[in-house]
Amino acid sequence: MSKVYYTEDHEWISVDGDVATVGVTNHAQEQLGDVVFVELPQVGKTVAKGDEAAVVESVKAASEVYAPVSGEIVETNGDLEGEPSKVNEDAEGSAWFVKIKLSDTSELDATMDEAGYKAFVEENS
Amino acid sequence: MSGQATDGADLRRTPLYDSHVALRARMVPFTGYEMPVQYAGIMAEHVQTRASAGLFDVSHMGQAWLKGPDHATTAAVLETLVPGDILSLAPGRQRYTQLLNERGGILDDLMVSHSAAPEIDGWLYLVVNASRKEEDFAHIRAHLPEGMVLEEKPEWALIALQGPKAEAVLERLAPGVAELSFMSGNLFSCTLNGQAAAIYVSRSGYSGEDGYEISVLGSDAPALWNALLAHSEVEPVGLGARDSLRLEAGLCLYGNDIDETTSPIEAGLIWSISKRRRQEGGFPGAERVQKEIAEGTSRKLVGLKLEGRAPARQGTVIAAKDGTELGIVTSGGFGPSVEGPVAMGYVETASAKPGTQVDLVVRGKSLPAIVEKMPFITPGYKR
Repeated sequence: MSKVYYTEDHEWISVDGDVATVGVTNHAQEQLGDVVFVELPQVGKTVAKGDEAAVVESVKAASEVYAPVSGEIVETNGDLEGEPSKVNEDAEGSAWFVKIKLSDTSELDATMDEAGYKAFVEENS
Repeated sequence: MSGQATDGADLRRTPLYDSHVALRARMVPFTGYEMPVQYAGIMAEHVQTRASAGLFDVSHMGQAWLKGPDHATTAAVLETLVPGDILSLAPGRQRYTQLLNERGGILDDLMVSHSAAPEIDGWLYLVVNASRKEEDFAHIRAHLPEGMVLEEKPEWALIALQGPKAEAVLERLAPGVAELSFMSGNLFSCTLNGQAAAIYVSRSGYSGEDGYEISVLGSDAPALWNALLAHSEVEPVGLGARDSLRLEAGLCLYGNDIDETTSPIEAGLIWSISKRRRQEGGFPGAERVQKEIAEGTSRKLVGLKLEGRAPARQGTVIAAKDGTELGIVTSGGFGPSVEGPVAMGYVETASAKPGTQVDLVVRGKSLPAIVEKMPFITPGYKR
């Protein structure tokens, strides 16, 4: 069973072994509105925590998705390029963005669990 | 992902604020007002407007009467500030024009209506942009002769009902509006809460669809809003879809596509200047405008259709295929009815011909696009 972490940038990280699957939260997709385009990084690219990892374009505006953890991009969700609206339909499931091979698992210490994230969203809305 | 600050301090509210909150709209600061950016979602609201009818609160816009003794006098005074033909505007007719500066740049764009009522024949009804209203009204006042006044109407709300079903819906509430032709208006009576209320209705809008803009006393606005929403054809539409609708319709947004540096000729608004006014001049910046009509301009506002799926936003560089910079995108986004990204921007005139292939540079990547004739959709205006 993988464990799910959340960030203040409204991303979720599901960790299985040393691979983190990253997506945006349901709250984030609600804030974004209708997603019309997703730009994904190259597989093999190394990202540092905080680097731009992907771009989500809604009808309204473009938003960056920052890498919540450092590591190598080992897989991207190509489905999102053809069907960007999946982000609105299943943000915390099939609409994951990238899989990152973690280079420093201690970075996860700075994240929140589901209850912590829920409280964070309530506080900041 | 970054959040937005929603500091409610010092923001004004329209008479429909409570209605928006009750409809669970997402409210955002816009030109000093707390305005609804979306209700059900921009895409759904956009499609709703094109397919049926959308209801918009545009009460943040500036409404005013320009009052003079008779039409010829009032029109002649306004014509010293705008290139539009106001003198020939028949009673009840409406025209789009621009307030120009001495350099022929655009201070604002506005709608001017000649009163339909003979007893107030010397009155012109003006609707200007929210972001410019203070400056516009001060500018107009500074140029008024003795005996003429500009009377602002902040107590009036402005509601737009846009879409192919707008006529059928509004006709039920205000019989007679179906007879209005595009760009004309009149006073109508409608029953709100069992009482007759006067509304000023014009057949115009900012969506590329048939529809109306309705001026109503702010205290009557919520009742009118609710009465319109009670019709199954109507859904509320926020500023987000208002922007995507007008972009697809090729309509300029002040501050984006036109500003104090752009002339109406560069912006493709020559159609709004009549033959008489082109010849006679007599408006600010006439020298530049007449020269540009005669000799052409060095840049032009064009429509751009992207070949891929990624939108190009305001500020995106427009480049020739060899990499030479041609201009800048002034408005850009996703067109829900076009089902793809669309934009408008200024390019050097040599590259302004429809069919010209260009690149839009987004996040360092060159996205192929084609110069296209606007509007991007087929407008539904009832002429």
